[in-house]
Amino acid sequence: MATLVFENVGIKALAAAVPKRVINNYEYTDYFPADEVRQVVDKTGIYQRRFAEPGTCSSDLCFTASEKLLGDNEIRRSDVDLLVFISQTPDYRMPATSILLQDRLHLEHNTIAFDLNLGCSGFIYGLSVVYSMMERSGLRKALLLDGETRSRIYSPKDRKTAFLFGDAGAAALIERDPCFGKSYFSLNSDGSKEDLIKMKAGGYRFPSSAETMKERVVDEYGNIRSEEHGYMEGGDVFNFVIKEVPADIKKVITLSGSPLADIDYFIFHQANMFINSYLLKKLKLDPEKVPSTVSKFGNTSSVSIPLTMVSELQGKLDNRRVLLSGFGVGMTWASCVVNTSICRISDLVDY
Amino acid sequence: MEDKFIKLFKETLEIEGIDIGLNTKFRDLENWDSLSFLSVLAMIDEEYDVIIEGNDFRKLVTIEDLINEIKKKE
Repeated sequence: MATLVFENVGIKALAAAVPKRVINNYEYTDYFPADEVRQVVDKTGIYQRRFAEPGTCSSDLCFTASEKLLGDNEIRRSDVDLLVFISQTPDYRMPATSILLQDRLHLEHNTIAFDLNLGCSGFIYGLSVVYSMMERSGLRKALLLDGETRSRIYSPKDRKTAFLFGDAGAAALIERDPCFGKSYFSLNSDGSKEDLIKMKAGGYRFPSSAETMKERVVDEYGNIRSEEHGYMEGGDVFNFVIKEVPADIKKVITLSGSPLADIDYFIFHQANMFINSYLLKKLKLDPEKVPSTVSKFGNTSSVSIPLTMVSELQGKLDNRRVLLSGFGVGMTWASCVVNTSICRISDLVDY
Repeated sequence: MEDKFIKLFKETLEIEGIDIGLNTKFRDLENWDSLSFLSVLAMIDEEYDVIIEGNDFRKLVTIEDLINEIKKKE
């Protein structure tokens, strides 16, 4: 049972950036009839998303969020000893984007920097890695950066994914401080479900070729994509989420030793309104305690949790106990209970 | 069970004024689309605490098939 407990490490500050370009989902495409688009959009509850301009990468959004974070909190760059970048839309296949960000952010050469290749559960996995490196070390400050340009990877002609995903970047400052107390993590993986959410071509199992670029009809509903596009089996993902996530939340709550009622906010990965509303109902949570951004930013994969904290909980997180839960591609799912004893949240940046 | 399920199924798909019976092929209904799948899965989980995997669901054709699948897993 992969659970972890840490002491006296926490998120001191958070910042996030979203692209300026707003996509109104009803008007996103004329590829499908308007009434069909309306039906999909209403059901998934995603009315707007942000798309990065061509040439803008997830690292640019993270760089912007990091500059805001470092500036607002007057952080000396030489105090940053660790930089972790979470993304599945990095700048290059090599080198790792975290290394490029070390230089762009003018951090020292003795900074530890590496990438984590994870999707929707990534922020919680990332926190657990950074917490464990910080807890009993001499490392002074850590930056956990999390960025995605998911708008790029799905086919606009595949209605299963065309209306869901958006772009964003976030930056968290993590430090040791006795005020944070204990934090509790549960991390999980199930590779037997690798085919539920996938981008098949472009790696080394199925290298890109003229064949993988070809668009074709992939199902009885006439959806069109190539092997270079991502895809998602929505029904199976829904089944996975309702089966695994409530159980994992109960597990981490039990591990934390205090009841569900002690949690001030539940911050879920923002998948779509259908899944998120169902989770809220199944767990019988008070909607007031469950902030949501999916209607205005869509699904930004691993960024959706820190983005929701920045967008919805500015000034509300001090001395709070929060539960974070992410789930998706892999499949992986992860939950944690953490104290946000001191958590300064910067204004959301439009980039 | 049968009558209750048919009532819930009609509510889930917002079907009015159409007769639905055990032999109805649900994919042939005018209200059926790729998203109905999700709503029906959610309804079955909520009402019967049963999860029907995608591969199993694809093999089901009629309302009766759905009911039998639920009974099998309940």
